[in-house]
Amino acid sequence: MDIELRGITKRFGDIVANSNVNLHIRAGEVLGLLGENGAGKSTMMNVLSGLYRPDEGEILIDGKPVHFRGPGDAIRAGIGMVHQHFMLVPVFTVAENVVLGVEPTGVLDHLDLVKAREQVRQINEQYGLQVNPDDLIENLPVGIQQRVEIIKVLFRSAEVIIFDEPTAVLTPQEVTEFFKIVRALRDAGKALVFITHKLHEIHEVADRISVLRAGKIVGEGLPGQTSDQELAEMMVGRPVVFEVEKKPFEPREVLLDVRGLTVLRDDDSVAVDNASVSIRSGEIVGIAGVQGNGQTELVEALTGLRRPSSGTVTFQGKDITQASARERHRMGFAHVPEDRQRAGMVSDFTIAENMALNTYYAPPYSRGILMDWPKIYEDSARNVVAFDVRTQSIFTPAGTLSGGNQQKMIVARELSRDTKLLIASQPTRGLDVGSIEYIHKRIVAAREEGDGVLIVSSELDEVLALSDRILVMFKGRIVAEFGAGARKPSKNEIGLAMAGAVA
Amino acid sequence: MSEQNGSDTLSTQLLKRAAPGRTDFEDLVILPVLAVVVALVLGGLIMLATGVSPSAIGRSFVALFRGSLGSLTAISETLTAAAPLTLAGLGIALGFRAGLFNIGAEGQVIMGGIAAVVIGFSFEGMPIWIHLPLALIVGALAGALWASIAGWLRAATGAHEVITTIMLNLIAMRLVDYLLRHPFIQKEGRADPISKNVLPSAELPHLLDWVDPALRLHAGFILVLLAVVFVWWLLFRTTTGFEFRAAGLNPDAARYAGMRSGLIIVLVMALAGALAGLAGANQVLGVLGRASPNFSGGVGFDAIAVALLGRSHPLGVLLAGLLFGALQAGGRQMQVSAGVSLDLIAIIQALIIIFIAAPILMRAVFSFALQKTAR
Repeated sequence: MDIELRGITKRFGDIVANSNVNLHIRAGEVLGLLGENGAGKSTMMNVLSGLYRPDEGEILIDGKPVHFRGPGDAIRAGIGMVHQHFMLVPVFTVAENVVLGVEPTGVLDHLDLVKAREQVRQINEQYGLQVNPDDLIENLPVGIQQRVEIIKVLFRSAEVIIFDEPTAVLTPQEVTEFFKIVRALRDAGKALVFITHKLHEIHEVADRISVLRAGKIVGEGLPGQTSDQELAEMMVGRPVVFEVEKKPFEPREVLLDVRGLTVLRDDDSVAVDNASVSIRSGEIVGIAGVQGNGQTELVEALTGLRRPSSGTVTFQGKDITQASARERHRMGFAHVPEDRQRAGMVSDFTIAENMALNTYYAPPYSRGILMDWPKIYEDSARNVVAFDVRTQSIFTPAGTLSGGNQQKMIVARELSRDTKLLIASQPTRGLDVGSIEYIHKRIVAAREEGDGVLIVSSELDEVLALSDRILVMFKGRIVAEFGAGARKPSKNEIGLAMAGAVA
Repeated sequence: MSEQNGSDTLSTQLLKRAAPGRTDFEDLVILPVLAVVVALVLGGLIMLATGVSPSAIGRSFVALFRGSLGSLTAISETLTAAAPLTLAGLGIALGFRAGLFNIGAEGQVIMGGIAAVVIGFSFEGMPIWIHLPLALIVGALAGALWASIAGWLRAATGAHEVITTIMLNLIAMRLVDYLLRHPFIQKEGRADPISKNVLPSAELPHLLDWVDPALRLHAGFILVLLAVVFVWWLLFRTTTGFEFRAAGLNPDAARYAGMRSGLIIVLVMALAGALAGLAGANQVLGVLGRASPNFSGGVGFDAIAVALLGRSHPLGVLLAGLLFGALQAGGRQMQVSAGVSLDLIAIIQALIIIFIAAPILMRAVFSFALQKTAR
């Protein structure tokens, strides 16, 4: 099945989300759609999957114009979407999830699960998906859950499958497996759209590349032939520096010393198991690991948000195991939390209010109990400029900023004061190339000023690019350490350690 | 050098506030006004449905207006009725701002009122400049303590404040029944539950005595205006208010920023209780002169509506309090001169809240007039 988008324009009020977009999706081909956050990728795919109706232009299926009145029309026409956030019922089995909404029924509307299982098994075999129809979703790793989403769209006879940032939640090994599945689907004659902002993935799996910027198709390319540099430039609209430039590694005294730290989750299960880490001044330590292996709790314990059950944390020779988050903040801790919207900012607060979110309690931003708003406004405006937060005014609610600008705002708040230790969790998750480049630069700058830096990231590329030393966390333990020596560890080595395969 | 200048101009530009857009104006002004109008129209339809003649309906709306704004007496009555609603509404708004749904204003009003009465009838011979402030402060403290129980339970055990404040209301209602029969509080020679009279030295002085001694407007209204300014100052000018608002909008981010949520919860509840307690004191010291069962008259519940209508902004709460005060004062006039039951006012008040709470409904109905349409 071939789909053509012709001159699609979609506006929201005065904002043009898509402007005269032409796109051709062919059977037996993977179209890589590249673009920064906010470039209009999602709008375009929502037009294609029937959620939005275009203001101008038309959609043609096999040369014939179609009009979708809703998502149901698009599904019937054979267009399926695998969302970034899975839409599965955790307590249902794979088969139950797959048939949800289109259940095969027998006599008296009886739910025919036998038939459902059989159909799931057929799809499984056809594309080599290896999913057990009887497994409960909540017991499955993320990579398998994603395959359940794929089975769901195939079950609804999709000929066109759109993947929205499908690798964001996967481990490197799972990504490899996922690409195999994508190729199998392509070889079976499906038309595939692969949305991402990661360049190396697009080279690996796409047959053609279209680049979207500010709602327009700004360029096309061929994997392997068009260079990363060219693609990134099309995406961002200016030349992008990939390599993080760092001065040579010159660590100084130990700042933070963690010994035998054990941290429990809220349900009393062990999240961090006897972990020891030390961070020196002028050093970036990266913690790699698949999410949910205790990194969150480790960071919470280090920043004073969660009491460890045993072990000690020493900062500049002083035992701070019991110190509160506020006390650590006063000592010069900076924390960029992993979930920026939940923990890093107040969406309904203005940028200025967010800039003062954890510095409001002392001079220069308050005297006694009185806030010094003029001073806060003045510094906010300066930091917005210095940290390249794109906004019209510091009185804009932070929630209206793009993800990249929200993160830059948080980084600005954390690094614009005199810091000694920066702890950053998933500092660039979900961000576009331009913002990633910028935030990496700032993190390295903090190191150059003599800060100790701890980076926790599930992006292996990020950990590799930034770190002087890499620790791998698996099931709460630090299972491997790759030093700052002469040889850089390979991605594969680290990936294996992340999956727990350490001798 | 030039770059420095460039970034300076840029940061100056960033300091400019966007003028409030048309949609802000719709949200804050037009929608509440429309809600009131629609509620009044529906109120008229309900009267029609219950067999009131169109001319009587016309007369009752005229009476509603006359009784609330039509004369100096009417305005005095409106302000008198608005005072406790605004005070308690400010307390509830403070809770909303900090993410707490405090249903307990009624109980806090009762506790504040009874405490103020006890101080008010004791200490014969004390000068007014000590006695009156003392009665007000003790009333506020009683409300604060009562509310702090719910705050402490939430902070220490996680018990939800909606449940605990409702229960504390019930306890306060029965407690006051008991206290009003206690020999220390009950008026001598009375068999029914009624308190001794507040001494003149603890009464809130009437403000318009010099015009007409029958005008009931009292100094409590000055207290209301001070409270509005205080709550605004607290919320938007102090570090405490900053913590309240941050914790209310995003408790996780507040915790990550090093704020102590338990302390914030107890503090907010105490302040909310103090304002409600002051509302109770205001009633017994300014209007009633003593406490009887149900002396609070549901002020604490109407105050929830006032806080909602006022969008939890001190100024909005004042305006909403004045509106509800006007409805009450006008409603009494309506009952007297048009024979329409005061219950209709309760229905109109309820309708206003329903329309305020359902902005999507209002936008759908008035889609022709509003810019931001319902999705």
